[in-house]
Amino acid sequence: MKNQGNPYIPHTATIVDTWYETGGERCIKTFKVVFDDPAVRESWSHRPGQCAMIGVLGVGESMISISSSPTEEGYLRFSVMKAGKVTTALHQLEAGDKMTVRGPYGNSFPVEEWKGKKILTIGGGIGQAPLRPIVEYVKANMKDYAGLTMIYGARTSGDLCFKNEFAEAAKCEGVCCHLSIDVAEEGWPHYVGFVPSLLMEVSPSPENTIAITCGPPIMIRFVLENLKKLNFADEQIYTTLENRMKCGIGKCGRCNAGHLYVCKDGPVFSYAQLKNVPEAFA
Amino acid sequence: MSAMLLPKDKWPEFTGRLAGKNLFAPALQGGIKKFAPVAAGDTVTLDEGNTTVPPKALLFPQTETLFRFAEGEEGMELPAIDEAAVLLGVRPCDARAMAIVDKLFRWDYEDPYYLKRRELATIIGLACSEPCLNCFCTSVGGGPASTEGLDILMVDLGESYLLEGLTDKGQALLDEFKDLLQEAGADALQRKEQLAQEAAAKIKRSVDTAGIPEALPGLWEDPLWQRVSAACLGCGICTYLCPTCHCFDIQDEVEGAAGRRCRMWDSCMYAEYTKHTSGHNPRPTRRERTRNRINHKYSYYVDKFGVIACVGCGRCSNLCPVNIDLIDILRQVKAAP
Repeated sequence: MKNQGNPYIPHTATIVDTWYETGGERCIKTFKVVFDDPAVRESWSHRPGQCAMIGVLGVGESMISISSSPTEEGYLRFSVMKAGKVTTALHQLEAGDKMTVRGPYGNSFPVEEWKGKKILTIGGGIGQAPLRPIVEYVKANMKDYAGLTMIYGARTSGDLCFKNEFAEAAKCEGVCCHLSIDVAEEGWPHYVGFVPSLLMEVSPSPENTIAITCGPPIMIRFVLENLKKLNFADEQIYTTLENRMKCGIGKCGRCNAGHLYVCKDGPVFSYAQLKNVPEAFA
Repeated sequence: MSAMLLPKDKWPEFTGRLAGKNLFAPALQGGIKKFAPVAAGDTVTLDEGNTTVPPKALLFPQTETLFRFAEGEEGMELPAIDEAAVLLGVRPCDARAMAIVDKLFRWDYEDPYYLKRRELATIIGLACSEPCLNCFCTSVGGGPASTEGLDILMVDLGESYLLEGLTDKGQALLDEFKDLLQEAGADALQRKEQLAQEAAAKIKRSVDTAGIPEALPGLWEDPLWQRVSAACLGCGICTYLCPTCHCFDIQDEVEGAAGRRCRMWDSCMYAEYTKHTSGHNPRPTRRERTRNRINHKYSYYVDKFGVIACVGCGRCSNLCPVNIDLIDILRQVKAAP
């Protein structure tokens, strides 16, 4: 079916809540937003893994992963690192302010196909944001899945996103959490080291398991290597890519990795799809 | 659909009446040949050669407003795109380029700006009789009298023009000029075929494109990309004036309490095009950017839409300030192991 209407016109949404996940120069702020138009609220639906173009009129738009799961109804969540022009403008917004949202864009994690399997997420830094919807989706549908293991790390404990949610999730039946930071801190009870090393420490079995990873390119590269060492097949490994985007709908040209448009063919890809696309990890 | 003859003595009246229909035709503007509006009374001369700026600029302007917004106002104001236009003297390669770009702008999310202008435009093509220096349309599926993308094909038969209606839109336009036109006979159509063959035979440049789309993925790390991009200045002219290049940037402009979101041509030959906010660039040098340009046209587009996104107009080779030649690149691709 064709997508109707003018795809460049964004919806306006009001920020209902916002908080900082991390501090520092490149801090990460989470926004909970609600569409202003009731008809849009009604018709909007997204799947875990999809993205949206969010922005500020007069400044521009950025493609950001929708970090809430469709099971969290009534609002959308975005966790945004303050990095460039648009994200800096977004960081200036507070509850009650407006932003623009258009989408949802791209494909999604094949959560239906994965029913009955164990889900393993491996995230680093802001890379946990696109993994959060799959975590929340699986938690909300735990009876359909054989378990959920989360491996997540950041440079310091102050750079970890969704800390409270990890603590809550760890209490759920069938859920395992493994956190890491790069260098030791006083009072840190979890792993110290890089995420790929923590993965080897946890050493999950590939049996009936799907591994999904997102994080800095260097982390992804070593996580992929280690997953292969743990005998995960290419088809059992998924990642979500990002590239610079302007339109989000396959027209403006720039987000391709080889013959794949990240905005349309992705952002979710299996390693089987990507391993022969040299530009995918460029 | 009909084939009609327009005697050349009726040309001023034909173009004069077309001028009332928002007519654009090739003209020199500031020393650059491009499609320019024709006012009533203007003389339209269709000479040899092609415009420097392809007619894509009329359907996909270099900069256009997507919408306007203002502080304190709900909603966004859309630009009105509602004026029909006639493009006269479009070369078959450039019309083919429109048909190729249509596929992208129609794919999945329809692009309302481009498609509306496309729908409102009637394209009258002019078959070529003399190729330009770097024309190689016959190597990529086109030809001097190719009709793809056109509504009407016009062929210069010497004493008259042959006008062939190719679409309902084109035929409807021809029907309005019945008083100036005569039915074309079999001899005129024969003459057209003969002229097209003669014109094709005059094309000096060619490359056998068979196998290029299949070969490109295997040549990713080939040293040819370093060679062919070594002289590149990254000026982007090869993409800006390419009739199939359609990549764009989106930027907001604000003045006082109001502003607009606009889109403008962008180029895969620019570093900024793919540069992430973090500073990381997946295509850090002109080698990767040139490789992407050729792959996009000769491999990715073929994968996605079944057609090479190059019409052999030769503009990229004609205009490159350091003489990088697309045909030479394609020959190196063919020759690579």
